[in-house]
Amino acid sequence: MLKYHFDWSIITSGKYFDWLVSGVKITLELSVVGIIGAFILGLIIAVLKMSHYRPLRWLASAYLEFFRNTPLLIQIFFWYFGSYKILPTAVNDWLNNTNFEFAAAAIALTIYTSAFIAEDIRSGILSIPKEQMEAARSAGFSYLRSMQYIILPQAVRITVPPLVNQFLNLAKNSSLAMTIGVMELTYQARQVESYSFKGFEAFTAATVVYLVLSVSITALVDVYNKKVLNPHRA
Amino acid sequence: MDGMLDFHVIVDNFTYFMIGRYPNGPLGGLGLTMYLAVVSCILSFFGGLILGLLSLSRFAVIRYPVNLFINTVRGLPLLMVIFWMYFLLPALLGKTVPESQTVIMGLTLFTSAYMSQIVRAGIEGIPKGQVEAAISTGLKGWQAMLYIVLPQGMRNMIPSFVNQFVSLIKDTSLAFIVGVSELTHVGTQINNRTMSYPTEIFIFIAGVYFVLCFTFTSWSRWLEQRLSWRKAI
Repeated sequence: MLKYHFDWSIITSGKYFDWLVSGVKITLELSVVGIIGAFILGLIIAVLKMSHYRPLRWLASAYLEFFRNTPLLIQIFFWYFGSYKILPTAVNDWLNNTNFEFAAAAIALTIYTSAFIAEDIRSGILSIPKEQMEAARSAGFSYLRSMQYIILPQAVRITVPPLVNQFLNLAKNSSLAMTIGVMELTYQARQVESYSFKGFEAFTAATVVYLVLSVSITALVDVYNKKVLNPHRA
Repeated sequence: MDGMLDFHVIVDNFTYFMIGRYPNGPLGGLGLTMYLAVVSCILSFFGGLILGLLSLSRFAVIRYPVNLFINTVRGLPLLMVIFWMYFLLPALLGKTVPESQTVIMGLTLFTSAYMSQIVRAGIEGIPKGQVEAAISTGLKGWQAMLYIVLPQGMRNMIPSFVNQFVSLIKDTSLAFIVGVSELTHVGTQINNRTMSYPTEIFIFIAGVYFVLCFTFTSWSRWLEQRLSWRKAI
């Protein structure tokens, strides 16, 4: 350790700094695309899981169990290396013309996170007392309208902290995309390390970025919990 | 669909998937995955117990650094933690460390931070009256923790521990990135060798992980039900 010559300037300016910055950009892009897709998909699965029809419920359960019990890395590899055999040719052509690494990673992250988000949404909805639904139905709302105007608005307030936590998990999981060549933050940190041999500085920079993201988001969730969920606590 | 899936590549290489090159080399494949998961789980159980107890210490001078450390490790991706171990362990120990041990250390550190939260929740879930009663019968603080609180707390923690073990099994797949020949790496090796069966290989590997993790997840749900029945006094 004592023989190591620290040189912090490489990560604050110059081309290595640019690499790291572009890595942060890609990480954020992946995270934002992923969380939007995962939320939509998770919402659909959550609704399916609470359906009155058993085949739909079973389908949702199978989806949830399968994508929660397989590693994210395998899912990324499947979408990147192995999806061409089961996707139609037109989709394969379109995917190959765009940034396929990013698309495969985004799809894998979206599906993986949607399974966890579906569970969070479901517990949020189930935590609303069923008297709310009964009162809504007896006031004349249909099932869907009760969900839309009475249940879901209340459920959303409760579900925000778990959703934000899933966004954080997604941002951290995006580091796995480096295995298929997506040039996100961890990938760029390794690049800087292999080009400049200043591994300590490079990884410290990446660590700081992830920590800043984690701490600020966790702090926001704490503020949200205090102000919105428990505003009347003494 | 370009053609039917052909699973014969799985059958041909089944032994390699399961145990790697053993006995002609080190253990690999699924055997190595389970070895990494079990060793990391046992180590991080103790690590999490220690960290959890320390984070609840009466002394702020212990509490604050420990909580800072735990939140730092939890705020990082597991991949970063493994990379840090990959760099720091040889530098600190002054000698080369086999990759599998690096991975075990990284997994243990990461999982201990999460286990510490489980331990905290388990301990804080025990009513304070238990500690008060223990102190009033003459037990010291640490004896109350060791003989009264922890045994009761353990019961609450067990389902969460099993869930964490399931996450560990999935996280061992990251060992591939530093060159450890566990199940995922074996899959990519066979994929690189046979070139035209990635779909079958990764579906098979996903299936293996699924069977393993789903078994333990179901066990954890069963445990949760059984343990909560006992509590209904």
